[in-house]
Amino acid sequence: MLKLIFSRLLAALPVIAMVAGAAFVFLRLSGDPVASMLGENATAQQVAETRHALGLDLPIGLQFVSWVLHVLRGDFGVSIVTHEAVWKMVSERLGATFSLAFTTTLFSIFVAVPLGLYAARHRGSWIDSTIVSLCTAGFSVPTFVVGYLLVWLFSIKLEWIPAQGYVEFSRGLGSWLLHLIAPTVAMSTIFVVLVARITRASAIEVLNQDYVRTARALGASELRVFLLHVLPNAAVPIVTVVGVGIGLVLTGVVVTETIFNLPGLGRLTIESVLARDYPVVQCVLFLFSFAYVFINLLTDIVYSLLDPRIRY
Amino acid sequence: MLIGNRSLVVACVILAAFIVLALIAQLSGANSQAMATGQRLQPPSFAHWFGSDRLGRDIFARVALGTSASLAVGAAVACAACLIGTILGLLAGYFRSLDKIVMRVMDGIMAVPAIMLAIATISVAGASITSVVLAIASHEVPRVARLIRSSVLSMREEPYVEAARLLHSSSYSIMLGHMLPGVLGSLAVLGTYVAANAMLLEATLSFLGCGLPPDVPTWGNIMADGRILFRLAPWIVLFPGIMLAIAVLAINLLGDGLRDRFDPGNERVV
Repeated sequence: MLKLIFSRLLAALPVIAMVAGAAFVFLRLSGDPVASMLGENATAQQVAETRHALGLDLPIGLQFVSWVLHVLRGDFGVSIVTHEAVWKMVSERLGATFSLAFTTTLFSIFVAVPLGLYAARHRGSWIDSTIVSLCTAGFSVPTFVVGYLLVWLFSIKLEWIPAQGYVEFSRGLGSWLLHLIAPTVAMSTIFVVLVARITRASAIEVLNQDYVRTARALGASELRVFLLHVLPNAAVPIVTVVGVGIGLVLTGVVVTETIFNLPGLGRLTIESVLARDYPVVQCVLFLFSFAYVFINLLTDIVYSLLDPRIRY
Repeated sequence: MLIGNRSLVVACVILAAFIVLALIAQLSGANSQAMATGQRLQPPSFAHWFGSDRLGRDIFARVALGTSASLAVGAAVACAACLIGTILGLLAGYFRSLDKIVMRVMDGIMAVPAIMLAIATISVAGASITSVVLAIASHEVPRVARLIRSSVLSMREEPYVEAARLLHSSSYSIMLGHMLPGVLGSLAVLGTYVAANAMLLEATLSFLGCGLPPDVPTWGNIMADGRILFRLAPWIVLFPGIMLAIAVLAINLLGDGLRDRFDPGNERVV
């Protein structure tokens, strides 16, 4: 197990390095932040001085190496736009994004898996057809449309939940949840649909197996059959797709945070890319690719726990 | 055969309706910028089927004109991603030496969330239709490449490929003549899913203000305009959103129908 973790992390290093390097080069190609920072009246000398002060006139290779060395020490640099420490900016936003991702994942799994199992159980009936149709429809609706529909219905018309904003967990569980309900449901749409479809397909395959028939013949209740026999054996594809879904969530976070005005990483990234704030964008990209690698590793570990036949 | 497959029929009907709408809108010369400041922020009515926005522009006219832009972007991205992805997949699947490098690069691209990749590309290349198409396509290429590569890997062991090699066929003629026809079915299915995803991504980008320039009406642009006034005039955001959902739904159904036609035993969701 430890060997697996170690070898996976090692294999992931080139990927992360490549993403960081590509981001580095890409960002510097996209334009000069100093010019936009200082405004139109800046003289060429001022621009040159600022660039030198920020270290932007060194060759790209040197800049990259220096960045890597700093990161290894935990220093992500200083934002070009706000002059705050990048890590401070990012860590302030982590809470909102993480909360949203967490609630979305949990909500989606607890809704989608039972839905998929239910559809598999009643395969071929109108319940199944309805669920599959809803899944296809849910796949087509963009997150922000669902988000706005929810806001319109529940915040504007019914005034049940607040339309925007984020309250930290430490300030109260109730309001934390209340502010997160609408964004969570909006983001969960795609996640639920994806997981439900795979759950259904996987469960249908398992239901055809002999051991399920045997379990039923021995008098096990349907609930027991599903929880103890079907679910564990159907779990591997479900876990895969949950991993994929978390990746989608990381993408969807950007839009959801914009709609619901949550102070999270997604919005920070957009603003930073548009403002050419390199250190911040690099830090966020680094975090995201690290998260991606970590989630892949986690899913692989869960596989080997679920299915003893899987050995790496 | 085609008629028997219900989702394929429904999808084609809906898509045909959209294409007709786009054609009529373009040919009728309706002006997307026609402002009527006396008619600002009107709710849907007989005069304005989808209502009007803050400059008095008719939302229905804008949505109809936006149809062609959104559909065009979806189709263009699908073509670009399938072309590049197929080439990369064929090469990676056939030549073992290229496989590792290409797949590592694909992994790297997939590790970056789609939106960020798109925004970064657009900020390098500027906001134009070409750059938006390339930006969105760059996220979809790994998906296509992976599929083609896995198909090629399994086809490589087939007897007919071995026979072709024994007959001194060049690698390229094997790839084009034997492997490519074999993947066309799944490529077509994947292409529709790519197109659907592309339309959603384009709308998202325009919605965030990073997509096509605002003078080109796309569904995402219209929604971005209406975002601030959502409380007063929800129709500006909701109507394009519904149109987008229906169009994407139609394309997804098309993909499902094609998948059933080409590969009925497969319940995979890509």
